Amino acid sequence: MNLTLRIWRQPNADAEGQMVTYQVADVSGDMSFLEMLDILNEDLILRGEEPVAFDHDCREGICGSCGMVINGQAHGPERTTACQLHMRHFADGDVIDIEPWRAGAFPVVKDLVVDRSAFDRIIQAGGYITAPTGTAPDAHAVPVPKPDADTAFENATCIGCGACVAACPNGSAMLFTSAKINHLNVLPQGQPERESRVLNMITTMDEAGFGGCTNTGECAAACPKGIPLASIAKMNREFLRATRKAGR
Amino acid sequence: MATTGVIMLLFLIVHMAGNLKIFFGPTDFNGYAHWLRTIGEPALHYSWYLWIQRVVLLGCLVAHVVSAIQLTHRDIHARPQRYRSKRPWRATFATNTMRYGGVIIALFVVWHILDLTVGAVNPRGEAGHPYQNVVADFQVWWIGLIYVVAMLALCLHIYHGFWSAAQTLGANNAARNVAFKTIATILALVITVGFLSVPVAVMTGLVS
Amino acid sequence: MSNKIGSYTVGDDLVDTKAPSGPVEDRWDKRRFGAKLVNPANRRKHRVIVVGTGLAGGSAGATLAEQGYHVIQFCYQDSPRRAHSVAAQGGINAAKNYRNDGDSIYRLFYDTVKGGDFRSRESNVYRLAQVSVEIIDQCVAQGVPFAREYGGLLDNRSFGGVQVSRTFYARGQTGQQLLLGAYQALERQIDAGNIEMHPRTEMLDLIVVDGRARGIVARDLITGEISTYLADAVVLASGGYGNTFYLSTNAKGSNATAIWRAHKRGAHFANPCYTQIHPTCIPRSGEHQSKLTLMSESLRNDGRIWVPKKKGDTRSPEQIPEDERDYYLERVYPSYGNLVPRDVASRAAKNVCDEGRGVGPGGLGVYLDFADAIKRMGRDKVAEKYGNLFEMYERITAEDPYQVPMRIYPAIHYTMGGLWVDYDLQSTIPGMFVIGEANFSDHGANRLGASALMQGLADGYFVLPATINDYLARGGFDQVSPDDPVVTATVGEVQDRIKRLLAVDGDRTVDSFHRELGMLVWDECGMSRNAEGLRKALKRIPELREEFWQRVKVPGTGFELNQSLEKANRVADFLELAELMCLDALHREESCGGHFREESQTDDGEAKRDDDRFSYVAAWEYTGVGEPPVLHKENLDFEYVHPTLRSYA
Repeated sequence: MNLTLRIWRQPNADAEGQMVTYQVADVSGDMSFLEMLDILNEDLILRGEEPVAFDHDCREGICGSCGMVINGQAHGPERTTACQLHMRHFADGDVIDIEPWRAGAFPVVKDLVVDRSAFDRIIQAGGYITAPTGTAPDAHAVPVPKPDADTAFENATCIGCGACVAACPNGSAMLFTSAKINHLNVLPQGQPERESRVLNMITTMDEAGFGGCTNTGECAAACPKGIPLASIAKMNREFLRATRKAGR
Repeated sequence: MATTGVIMLLFLIVHMAGNLKIFFGPTDFNGYAHWLRTIGEPALHYSWYLWIQRVVLLGCLVAHVVSAIQLTHRDIHARPQRYRSKRPWRATFATNTMRYGGVIIALFVVWHILDLTVGAVNPRGEAGHPYQNVVADFQVWWIGLIYVVAMLALCLHIYHGFWSAAQTLGANNAARNVAFKTIATILALVITVGFLSVPVAVMTGLVS
Repeated sequence: MSNKIGSYTVGDDLVDTKAPSGPVEDRWDKRRFGAKLVNPANRRKHRVIVVGTGLAGGSAGATLAEQGYHVIQFCYQDSPRRAHSVAAQGGINAAKNYRNDGDSIYRLFYDTVKGGDFRSRESNVYRLAQVSVEIIDQCVAQGVPFAREYGGLLDNRSFGGVQVSRTFYARGQTGQQLLLGAYQALERQIDAGNIEMHPRTEMLDLIVVDGRARGIVARDLITGEISTYLADAVVLASGGYGNTFYLSTNAKGSNATAIWRAHKRGAHFANPCYTQIHPTCIPRSGEHQSKLTLMSESLRNDGRIWVPKKKGDTRSPEQIPEDERDYYLERVYPSYGNLVPRDVASRAAKNVCDEGRGVGPGGLGVYLDFADAIKRMGRDKVAEKYGNLFEMYERITAEDPYQVPMRIYPAIHYTMGGLWVDYDLQSTIPGMFVIGEANFSDHGANRLGASALMQGLADGYFVLPATINDYLARGGFDQVSPDDPVVTATVGEVQDRIKRLLAVDGDRTVDSFHRELGMLVWDECGMSRNAEGLRKALKRIPELREEFWQRVKVPGTGFELNQSLEKANRVADFLELAELMCLDALHREESCGGHFREESQTDDGEAKRDDDRFSYVAAWEYTGVGEPPVLHKENLDFEYVHPTLRSYA
């Protein structure tokens, strides 16, 4: 199939950007979206033009590197990452808009590459269990009820790609933050830091410049790992609980 | 926003139920309006309760609106560059129109107070005769229209707002989600139908 | 003999002086006790560089920082959480014997030595098995959500090459969950100010002062700025070199630059020809293919592998009746069946495809069929176990594996070879330690499934933090000035090379070279190798390298985010490394593990080792690009697990 792409080009963080139109020919349905961009880039390089910069690494949908807004949707029309989106979901002659994640907390670095270090700062604020190497008791010392283990796992599948922020009309990072808080707060090992974790992580999230949550549900709809919207409610509950306890 | 929203929602339920008294005729309705001023007597003086309620509601309203403005302000800053391509809507119409609906409702509240509390913009505007004032209102088609539009906005606002409050207050979870959505729908419909029954009744001549 | 293809010289034998003697089960304790310690108060004065943030690097950085060292850490990704360990699916081994099925530290040790086809060091492997137990404890304490049973205890499954269930897993995302555990520990230390983290920064050279590793030269991938970072020790945890093959299950960015540049600065490179081909990957679908996707080995627990008995059978799988199917693994290896080790399974797949019985486009594929499993366990149970893998398969191929058998084909997955290290994980450059896939140490000629995660974390959490003390405690770290002539010279070389790459301005893209190199090494140094093919590759690789430096086109400048430049830098190294890989494969005239030489096989086509001639680690010393390297042998002694013909029949 032949496609028309309109891609956001921005040479660096300080420059103005704009949408630029390109044509790609002979795209096969078995290609991934990123492989289609590879073809465009090979073409651009040989024509002496700058290839389109985009983040990607594992191309298996697990590292969370890739991310672009395709036709207005984070990671495109399928509920997966851009690297696992295949061109069979597009038709010959389609016009495809490709933009970077847009959020104040995710400044554009170049073209489709953004700076997501705000996510790392949120984790630094409490997204861990303090367990220095060598201090651990036997793994079976504390059984974890399967439902709790499953809830922890469900939340822990977050790949930190940032699609939730990109999709949210408010640029909010509540889904990302809630996934980590719920993963750790539901486990017995996470109990000692339960309150400080949620308070510190939310404070850091707010300071990073993410928007507020108005429960639109766009984040959960865009999440390639299917983190549910209920995770946010659960985090809110943890937050209120921690605030109450802190007040005492 | 969630807490203030829930308080105002509780008020609306009572307000709506009280309004239905209009179907029992002017004596009942005016009597009910008078009784409202006597709640708490003799511990409270005449109409003190009403003033307390007004202050609380006003506080809630101000807090609600201020929060909304702050949230909107924050959200605009959180996305300084807008997307160039159109975003397909996945969320409901109610969700996407919360802010516009909120503005409509806020303007309506001002109008409504001037109309039926103060009486300044009421075609009749006679204190102590709420029944007659209401009937006078809805005999004017555009006043009825203002009311209908505001109530539809309120309907959508409650539909998303109630469920959203459950989210924000952490009451929701996967198991309760359907229940909260159902309650939100019922509340929104009951309150809207209840409020709209009055102007419709006046316009159709059922109440006069 | 410098112009002869495949030539090398033989140097002195290498002796691992750090591994203690005595009973194998006491060696690690002995070494830990013998190692000098650094006073806690003095630790923060020591700066340690860690390159890479995968399981090995992430766990090492966090642990060293917890101990009190000042850690300076690097990754090329935008966040340490994205290192490619994240993609490991199946699980992590540990000799916990929670199943009471006869597992023990000794059995894990035995399985690993045997699985490695008797080409690994007993001391190291035993230590790995010992430490495996602590890893699970550590990870659970960090909140890694391993799969659990209804009683709340950890679940296990079995993996290829073993007959016990000792694999801990977190659905099909074990690597991700373990990595997040290490990453979170790392972030905690970053927040505490004990780690200076440099994401999107790539190591481009090693600084060696007075014979000791004292720092690195790295490029900020956003600004292009080249900086030097000085320290008392350097730890490389930069992963393997599987991307030499272009198409592999590695991440697109995975590269060998850190280890290759260190090799050029004096670190010996051990067993480069030991590369692992994973039997269960999704076959390639066309020329555009940019990487291969692995389907976890755990699928072989319940899936049955088969091809049609008839050559060139083009019927669709459901039309082929049971008696016309060849479940070749079950037929040839009845006791292990579909769970034979990876090298055996891969080669068997290649053999049936070579016979013309392969399925799918180009006949490069075999079926992995779940029809029986679905009948036996029900669709829901299968979905619970493998659901995410089935989804991934369907997404990529548009075929539903619940309905039609998966098609799989082997692909490059892991490299057992790597920089040579002693028992302390120290390379031949004092002060430079190498951990995880980047070193050669524990897997011999073939790695068993679910052992990579174990080794990475063993090295990072437990081994390196204990042994690096001994080096740092010995002191003698004079301040190295950033203006030291060695430092400025190293920076100069890095800058020159970038300038050269940008100056070529030729007519071929970096990827086109990488693809050609990959095809060449896959054909001649892939699943099976022979002298003729390897010589062909050894002739072609230098030509291709020459062409690369004359015709490559790298747009843009060095002072910006330039992904073409990053790739060019990496491919230039692969073009050198590939030559050593083929040379090593040519010199090792035996078959062992992942290295199958067609000249050395039994009558029924199984790998035939030659213990008399090749029971050694081949550690290569660099002498110059295209120059014959020097071979140093480290002879392997087997006191416990005596080499036998590895049989899985």
